[in-house]
Amino acid sequence: MENNLIDLKGIEKVYIMGTEVLYALKGVDLKINKNEYIAIMGPSGSGKSTLMNIIGCLDTPTSGEYFLNGKNVSEMDDDELAEIRNLEIGFVFQTFNLLARSNALHNVELPLIYKGLPKAERIEKAEEALYNVGLEDRMTHKPNELSGGQRQRVAIARALVNDPSIILADEPTGNLDTKTGQEIMQLLEELNQKGNTIIIVTHEEEIAMHAHRVVKIRDGKIESDVKSEKGRAMSERKEILI
Amino acid sequence: MNIFNEIKENFIISYKAITANKLRSFLATLGIVIGITSVTLMQTVIEGINRAFEKSISAVGADVLYVQKFEWFGKEDWSFYRNRKDITMNQYDYLERNIQTAASVCPSAGTNKTLKYRDFVLENVFVLGTTAAYQETFAANMEEGRFFTQKESDGGYPVCIIGMDIRKAFFENADPIGKTIKIGTYSFRIIGVVEKQGSLLGLVSLDNRVIVPIDRFFNLFGNKRSLSINIKAADINDLGETKEEVISIMRKARKVEFGERDDFGVNQQEAFKSTYESLTSLIKIIGSLITSLSLIVGSVGIANIMFVSVKERTKEIGIRKAIGAKKRTILLQFLIESVSICLLGGLIGLMISVPISLIINAFVLPTAMPLWVIILGLIVSVIFGVLAGFFPAYNAAKMNAVDSLRYE
Repeated sequence: MENNLIDLKGIEKVYIMGTEVLYALKGVDLKINKNEYIAIMGPSGSGKSTLMNIIGCLDTPTSGEYFLNGKNVSEMDDDELAEIRNLEIGFVFQTFNLLARSNALHNVELPLIYKGLPKAERIEKAEEALYNVGLEDRMTHKPNELSGGQRQRVAIARALVNDPSIILADEPTGNLDTKTGQEIMQLLEELNQKGNTIIIVTHEEEIAMHAHRVVKIRDGKIESDVKSEKGRAMSERKEILI
Repeated sequence: MNIFNEIKENFIISYKAITANKLRSFLATLGIVIGITSVTLMQTVIEGINRAFEKSISAVGADVLYVQKFEWFGKEDWSFYRNRKDITMNQYDYLERNIQTAASVCPSAGTNKTLKYRDFVLENVFVLGTTAAYQETFAANMEEGRFFTQKESDGGYPVCIIGMDIRKAFFENADPIGKTIKIGTYSFRIIGVVEKQGSLLGLVSLDNRVIVPIDRFFNLFGNKRSLSINIKAADINDLGETKEEVISIMRKARKVEFGERDDFGVNQQEAFKSTYESLTSLIKIIGSLITSLSLIVGSVGIANIMFVSVKERTKEIGIRKAIGAKKRTILLQFLIESVSICLLGGLIGLMISVPISLIINAFVLPTAMPLWVIILGLIVSVIFGVLAGFFPAYNAAKMNAVDSLRYE
């Protein structure tokens, strides 16, 4: 069991809003292995965003333990979490979340700046990441000069550039048309095949179908955790190969 | 991340932020521009007034001590000083013989007389009687001719040295050397002209005077006068030592009993300076405070802009945090932005005030912006930048990543 990339044990998250106490997560146990492609689904208010924030180390649980790559993340302070996010997690957001004033290259370079790499190395890695998402001729364009699909590719390049353990995609196709959305899903599929661990948070069945495992959340608890058809096919194929 | 790299990256970020919103950045810097301009100009004017003052008392000589009945800016009544025993030539001789730490010593006495040359008349000209040592004591340079010799001064020759004002009034472009003028009713031959000296405190012209040998001065104009004994210290750094020596010799010469206070004054340029300082220091402090007020107002403006800027860029802060920016990194980013705006304002302020100081120098008051004022201006800009930026930057740094990412 040592190859658990993510190990959530009894994760609870409680928000206190004035006099009201809101239980966003009520004890979630979840293990995710390396190279999995998993979708976390749930209606709004189910706690899936909270879960994503905790998995993404943007937030800490009220109780429970979270081991990421064997490190107990649930006890880290803000700056330690920032470092984990920088090195281990690549975010892809629904609204892309690129820096508007910076061009594609600089946006992709940013995680490397925070990592502290020297300029030359940063540029080289950022260019390579943009090349890998097919944007080698858009490097000096600013976000407002790029299409939605291109912006999301920049975001994916940014997520990949630090070679993270997890790609965490929050409704990655939510702001894209169907065709572009398909292309982005295709790109994520390819990344998974190259060995990346991918977690998609979505409420769309169609999107979740791309994943090999679907975890459904409702009322702050895991409702179901099943391998999708694709996932079953994949593991069968692996068994045959072995 | 390496701190220097971080600072460098943050300067690049702040450059983008500042240039992205040029008008706002310009308006934000305006307060600092005005603040730095007024502070540096105030210091420059103060410097100018100081210089003008120093120049106006330079004739007094920084390394010259004046033994006189009166004390400059003394606290006692005028009559108290007047009733002291006169300072005599005997005391001068005694001092001159015994002093070790002086470069030169000369006595002087003065009175006002009417000067005549042919049809020209000058009233109320200061006539100064002294010895040949005067030239060395006061470093008096000659415009024309020469100073009188020891022999001329000891023998009381009827020769005189005139100032530039007199030279101009009597001779215009003619050669004055060898001409005879009348001081009161007595004839003197001009042997030299002292170069232009200017005036003391802008009040008393030092060029409207005539210098004669002191023996002749006493013979013609009376010797019942108190002298001034003027001592040039051998080394200006040991002026205090020279002063001590002068006091002890003069006490012996004037037979002042042990335990009694000196019955003479040992005056020096310092007395002018300390009086000037006490008169002007309050004005300078108040002037500096008032001008720094504008700087404070300016930095409040920057703080305001920075609060708005942080609020506006909440989402950006969230993005940066999500991809790995630590608190310190965000703090530094906004701090450096604020410092950059202030430093920019400071630089613009200096670009305005340096030319103005040159104009002041050319037309109003001889001055120059001292280098330390320029450096101070820049340091003050940075300090105010840090002060103005700290709380907005701190707000940004402690923002919650989840909430700020969700901020629209």
